[in-house]
Amino acid sequence: MRYLPKSPADREAMLKAIGLRSVDELFAPIPAEYRLARDLKIPRQMAESEIVDFFRQRARENGEDYTSFLGAGAYFHYRPVIIDSLISRGEFLTAYTPYQAEISQGTLQSIFEFQTMMCELTGMEVANASMYDGSTAAAEAVMMAVRLTGRRSVVVARSLHPEYREVLATYATHQGMPLSIAGCGDDGRVNSKELEQLITAETACVLVQSPNFFGTIEDVAAIAEIAQKNGALLVVSIAEAVSLGIVEPPRQADIVAMEAQSFGVPLGFGGPYCGVIATREKYVRQMPGRLVGQTVDKQGKRGFVLTLATREQHIRRERATSNICTNQALIALMVNIFMTVYGKVGLKELAKQNLAKTAYAAGQFAKHGKVLFSGSPRFNEFVVQTSEDPRVINARLLGHKIVGGLPLKKFYPELGNAALWCCTEMTTRSMIDTAVGFVAESERSVRPAGEEPVEEEVAR
Amino acid sequence: MRHTTPKATRHVNQNEGLIFEKSSAGKAAWKLPPLDVPEIDVSKQLGSSQRKDLGNMPEVSEIEIIRHFTRLSTWNYAIDLGMYPLGSCTMKYNPRVNEAVARVEGIANAHPYQPEKISQGALRIIKTLSECLIEITGMDAITLQPAAGAHGEMTGLLMVRAYHQSKGNARKKILIPDSAHGTNPATAAMVNYAVENLKSDSRGMVDIVSLEAQMNEDVAALMLTNPNTLGVFEQDIHKIADILHANGGLLYMDGANMNALVGKVRPGDFGVDVMHLNLHKTFSTPHGGGGPGSGPVAIKKSLEPFLPAPVLVTKSDGTLGFEYNRPQSVGRVRAFFGNFGMFVRALAYIQANGPDGLRQTTEDAVLNANYIRKGVEGTFDLPYATPSMHEVVFSDKLQAKKSVRTMDIAKRLIDYGFHPYTTAFPLIVPGALMIEPTESESKEELDLFVEAMKSIAAEVEEDPQTVLDAPHSTRISRLDETAAARKPVLRWKPAV
Repeated sequence: MRYLPKSPADREAMLKAIGLRSVDELFAPIPAEYRLARDLKIPRQMAESEIVDFFRQRARENGEDYTSFLGAGAYFHYRPVIIDSLISRGEFLTAYTPYQAEISQGTLQSIFEFQTMMCELTGMEVANASMYDGSTAAAEAVMMAVRLTGRRSVVVARSLHPEYREVLATYATHQGMPLSIAGCGDDGRVNSKELEQLITAETACVLVQSPNFFGTIEDVAAIAEIAQKNGALLVVSIAEAVSLGIVEPPRQADIVAMEAQSFGVPLGFGGPYCGVIATREKYVRQMPGRLVGQTVDKQGKRGFVLTLATREQHIRRERATSNICTNQALIALMVNIFMTVYGKVGLKELAKQNLAKTAYAAGQFAKHGKVLFSGSPRFNEFVVQTSEDPRVINARLLGHKIVGGLPLKKFYPELGNAALWCCTEMTTRSMIDTAVGFVAESERSVRPAGEEPVEEEVAR
Repeated sequence: MRHTTPKATRHVNQNEGLIFEKSSAGKAAWKLPPLDVPEIDVSKQLGSSQRKDLGNMPEVSEIEIIRHFTRLSTWNYAIDLGMYPLGSCTMKYNPRVNEAVARVEGIANAHPYQPEKISQGALRIIKTLSECLIEITGMDAITLQPAAGAHGEMTGLLMVRAYHQSKGNARKKILIPDSAHGTNPATAAMVNYAVENLKSDSRGMVDIVSLEAQMNEDVAALMLTNPNTLGVFEQDIHKIADILHANGGLLYMDGANMNALVGKVRPGDFGVDVMHLNLHKTFSTPHGGGGPGSGPVAIKKSLEPFLPAPVLVTKSDGTLGFEYNRPQSVGRVRAFFGNFGMFVRALAYIQANGPDGLRQTTEDAVLNANYIRKGVEGTFDLPYATPSMHEVVFSDKLQAKKSVRTMDIAKRLIDYGFHPYTTAFPLIVPGALMIEPTESESKEELDLFVEAMKSIAAEVEEDPQTVLDAPHSTRISRLDETAAARKPVLRWKPAV
């Protein structure tokens, strides 16, 4: 076996040194009746070339040359080449949690920089080293709010990513945390009247997403005021990190729970991604996850260590702030490198391109279908309502190797024939025009002739 | 310092500040293509939601970023540099073909919501890996959704709870041996179960008499690590399972130490009802400085209705798809389908090994641990003489007489060119040295390790201060952790 660095003679010599005759004696502690006397029924040992072929074949079955308008919590942005060059260095790739600070300063300093940039971008005072993803970060942030306030109930915006809501429901089930859902107004934002009614003296926190699942930017300041005047905390979930380049961060929030996948992490069919929790300094001791802090060594030299570990499971066991141990360090490094590449100016310009593409696309779609929530600011997603079921339109688009917007019937049946479209800097004008053409054609085919003028200049 | 090690030599490495300290206005490492749609007026689009400033985000060039992170990387120890015997973490070789196939276009760029019609490749990968893991564990079904081991524990206990609930009584507590990982009790608390400690006997195994006494209708499950954190196989496993089952309880296995068992014995065959695996331990996906992990949960048939939704199924037309309508499901534990990129790597590892390679891997892992045990025994105190599987736990009892503790020995090991073992865990061994070499070490590397351990033991006798002041060869010496925790500095701020 090519990964094993021993010759048969080495094994013999080692067994002899131990004083054993055969390797079977090493497994004598396992009761004989349970020992496996046959080969595992798994694929035979394959050559490296065969393994590569196997996965290339799977990639082809996956439809590798499609362009897509999908977003909804997983975004296709350009990944600078140096991300993979750097994270492929074995010293990053094949190290573990930096328990031994003297020989882990590379990982520790990089996490410290990551925490710093996450604070800068979110407007919070402290950020952790990472959580599994945006959905679990949101659930953990809510549990943190429950600990901080000593209250138990939670008000969640219906415009929070539906799968994040599902994850929160799972986490909350056995914590005795009643969840109530605040609906979405006609402007695509949380219905503030409903929100106000749902908050009680038992509400630990309000959880909203901004930009929300529909791409609409919430009025965070107004929501914060409603929550905080009732003694509840505000948790803001951010699923599209690139928005932070141009959208005011939720500075009024008490906790920010983020998904940083947009920052240089491949779509990878949904993971691994990179969650982050950021908050105010005064709440840090209730924060879950690893934290890196700056300190000095015996000679007074600056260095970095894992710190405030008394919050964590390996010290506190059943009284820990969370059971999280392994998190997403390598993915956080991707995110860190991405943030460093784009930096102060690039992130803004990148976000601006997303905004421009989306403004163009929404304008074009509006000529044929109905673009919902147009009165509110949005980032790079929008909802288009059509006469025909978007799944039917998408099936036609798929024939042209384009994946249309995400049909919303499964998550939001009340929106009718609606789909969530996303444009990033990777979306080209011709892609947009082609997709708009299909929507236009669909509208023409289902509407009586002459009812609605169709813009002729829209290219097919 | 009295010792020169044949393994390591000091060499120059570069100093490097924080990235913010290199930043200055006007430097850039990015370039966007020209916009092919009309420019927009941002303030008109966003109004008061427009962000004006990105604060202290850095501005640096590409070469500076390359040098920055390359320099940082050289300050890390890693498996690629040498033996990393961090017990319980299974720091084995991370094959590079895993990385190559995870980056194949069409796998790396697949969107989780793309139609199933054009996701058959990804779904086939999930199915193939699932089948392999079911066969390896001897279980009946599996979910790959959990993002790490502790997340798998939570998922497993949620299913345990749902199972008991379906029988009319969710029960109240989880039994956890005193040798268990901290994640076990922390997880039980997240699922709102009380934790009851279970004593180990003089062999370091579950005390059967205590188990019998503590087992009753309030116990939902026993969370057992097997081999346990002493590296000892629970020889009475059949009795343990019987006691649990006779009282309607379930046996949960923490699969952190599965590297001792693959291809040799299957948990499903010795009575386990639910278990998690760590793909980043047993199945070679990279540890990455602390993740990403992946924590699949394998279960027996009786727990299948409670699997997190969605569940992968073969549809009537033969294609693969997800089934979302699972009325008894515990719900979702993560958005999308889990850490898919880790599934790709784990499957590539299984394919590279095959049944014969996996068995040989397990045999070598156990052989290596026992070789170290034989080499170091006598020099360090072995608190439990019970046979070791894939790891061995010593204590610092002999060295403590000179006031040298496990952490000091660990720090000194750094000077010898090794990553330290796990210190001070499991908690049932005061001053533990928990050593897990994995199968990835050659006889030469193991011999160097044994030699280093003996040399350090000799130093403790002759010149304990050298060990107490270690490490001597690193960029920085021991850091002031107390100060770090008392007045936390968790981010960089510009000098005022």
